[in-house]
Amino acid sequence: MATEKRLKASNKQAGRKIGGTVGIFLFLTVLGLFMAGPIYLAVVTSIKPVEELFIFPPKLYAMNPTLDNYSDMFSVLSEMWVPFSRYVFNSVFVTVVVTVSQCFCASMAAFCLAKCRFPGNAILNKIIVTALLYNSNVIYIMQYMVMAQLGMINKMSALILPSIASAMGLFLMRQSMSQVPDAMIEAAKVDGANMFTTCWKIVMPNQKPALMTMSIFAFQGAWNIQGGSLVYDEALKTLPTVVQQAAAAGLARAGVAMAAAVFMLIPPVVFFMLAQKNVIETMAHSGIKD
Amino acid sequence: MANEIHNKPAVMDRDAIGRRTKQEQRKMTWRLMKQNKECYLMMLPFMIFFLIFTIIPVVLSLPMGLTDFNMVEFPKWVGLSNFYNLFLSDKIFIQSIRVTLIFALFTGPISYVLCFLLAWLINELHPKLKTIFTLIFYAPSMANVYTIWQLIFSGDSYGYANSFLLELGLSTYSIQWLTDSQYILGVVIVVQLWISLGAGFLALRAGFQNIDRSQYEAGAIEGIKNRWQELIYITIPSMGPQLMFAAVMQIVSSFTADIVARNLVGFPSTDYAAHTVMTHAFDYGWIRYEMGYSSAICMVLFVAMFFAEKLISKLLSKYMD
Repeated sequence: MATEKRLKASNKQAGRKIGGTVGIFLFLTVLGLFMAGPIYLAVVTSIKPVEELFIFPPKLYAMNPTLDNYSDMFSVLSEMWVPFSRYVFNSVFVTVVVTVSQCFCASMAAFCLAKCRFPGNAILNKIIVTALLYNSNVIYIMQYMVMAQLGMINKMSALILPSIASAMGLFLMRQSMSQVPDAMIEAAKVDGANMFTTCWKIVMPNQKPALMTMSIFAFQGAWNIQGGSLVYDEALKTLPTVVQQAAAAGLARAGVAMAAAVFMLIPPVVFFMLAQKNVIETMAHSGIKD
Repeated sequence: MANEIHNKPAVMDRDAIGRRTKQEQRKMTWRLMKQNKECYLMMLPFMIFFLIFTIIPVVLSLPMGLTDFNMVEFPKWVGLSNFYNLFLSDKIFIQSIRVTLIFALFTGPISYVLCFLLAWLINELHPKLKTIFTLIFYAPSMANVYTIWQLIFSGDSYGYANSFLLELGLSTYSIQWLTDSQYILGVVIVVQLWISLGAGFLALRAGFQNIDRSQYEAGAIEGIKNRWQELIYITIPSMGPQLMFAAVMQIVSSFTADIVARNLVGFPSTDYAAHTVMTHAFDYGWIRYEMGYSSAICMVLFVAMFFAEKLISKLLSKYMD
């Protein structure tokens, strides 16, 4: 009896009933439909011809689906005197550099803040949280002034460098790393690993979920960097700035605006899927034991 | 009298002890710092960028609330007069506080609970379904689709919401969702809730992934009977850090919300029905170029958020390490 119970426990989590799981699935599906609804409508609107935007009652599908809105957007983009590929390159470059360096810097700093007892630790942690809460209109002006002093205006670095130190990413990693048992780090120390090795070889492999989450935030933030006031050279602009120019607002142009939104949404969604898949696969065989 | 004389040397003695320990402390601190120089080195890359692009601008912006600053001339010191004006003669500011409080009280707690509940429920499913559902719930905070909500809540009968009500006969006329002041705040709250499963939600999802499986196995042996007990006794106690992160994110997004309102119902909204404190700051900062006044507004908001954070970290402290 007892062994049977133990076997059961080691195979499955406690008291999982199939009915409950189905119930959860149904609940999430209904709520998911509400969440996905507007995005579905955005996709549908992007393939509707203009005249279908003004029929009553509005249809939940396109009667004569067309890619006109997309070709409209791209024709505007290709008429600019800087080739479209240049904007794509700028965006990809900024996104990759920001994502990688943000994850690299924040992981190391978070490891130290979470797991080392050094003078200044407590105050640094407080500063990070306070910086997250602090919000001011003037801060952008001051940032601009700092960048101007450093001669960064109208350079690629104006888009990249300010995004590298993200208080949010650091806070997320710090919170997650505070759960790493001290014993694990002690063991690494005993084995002669220095802090750098301990961080990257011992702790980080167990922090995939948090790291992937941070990289999603970083990617999303970097992909959407506008930087219109920091960079005025057309050849340095990134996709969001240009796409927004091409899809000026107004309900009659809703189709083009939606095409632009859907187009800009694709890379973050793809990145998201890759990152999440990575999380789930690694978590199948990893365990932190205290 | 005799007592006083008797006491005096004792007091001096205590001072002396204090001085010595301070010196020793300083030595200890120095030794600790030297021991941990690897740590400082590893934090350096982050801290350099953080100092230049966050700390310095923040420190420079702090005194601006006490000045009259129009972005062209050098800021003029005006003391506390911005704050007097704010609380004593700015009626719209008082209205914006009311809107922000209603807004934050609705969206903050509801979406916090939703973030946690959904992250938990998704975690109960098969790995493939996990990815799909996480994407569905997170997608709204990636998409930039205010225009679609304008189509849904459009004031004419071409809007989805209106045509739905008209078709079902629930309404006989088109409701002006985005311009009638009795609906505006409600619509903005709905859209804000829609995009609010953001950073906090994903962090909680990651937190669930990080919990050691063997804890659940041990729990099952020790007599945990169902999902609910597992959640209360095992999962929540080991999610303190993520709960705190989600709470901070929720405070920030519910107190500083203004982009949804500005995009959806325009600026300014009818009767200032969706005029949050942040919108007010935007108005003075980027429309009227009264940056001093605008940063005084932001200062008030920051103080409110600071205390909200203190309150929540007190509430969650039993789950922290």
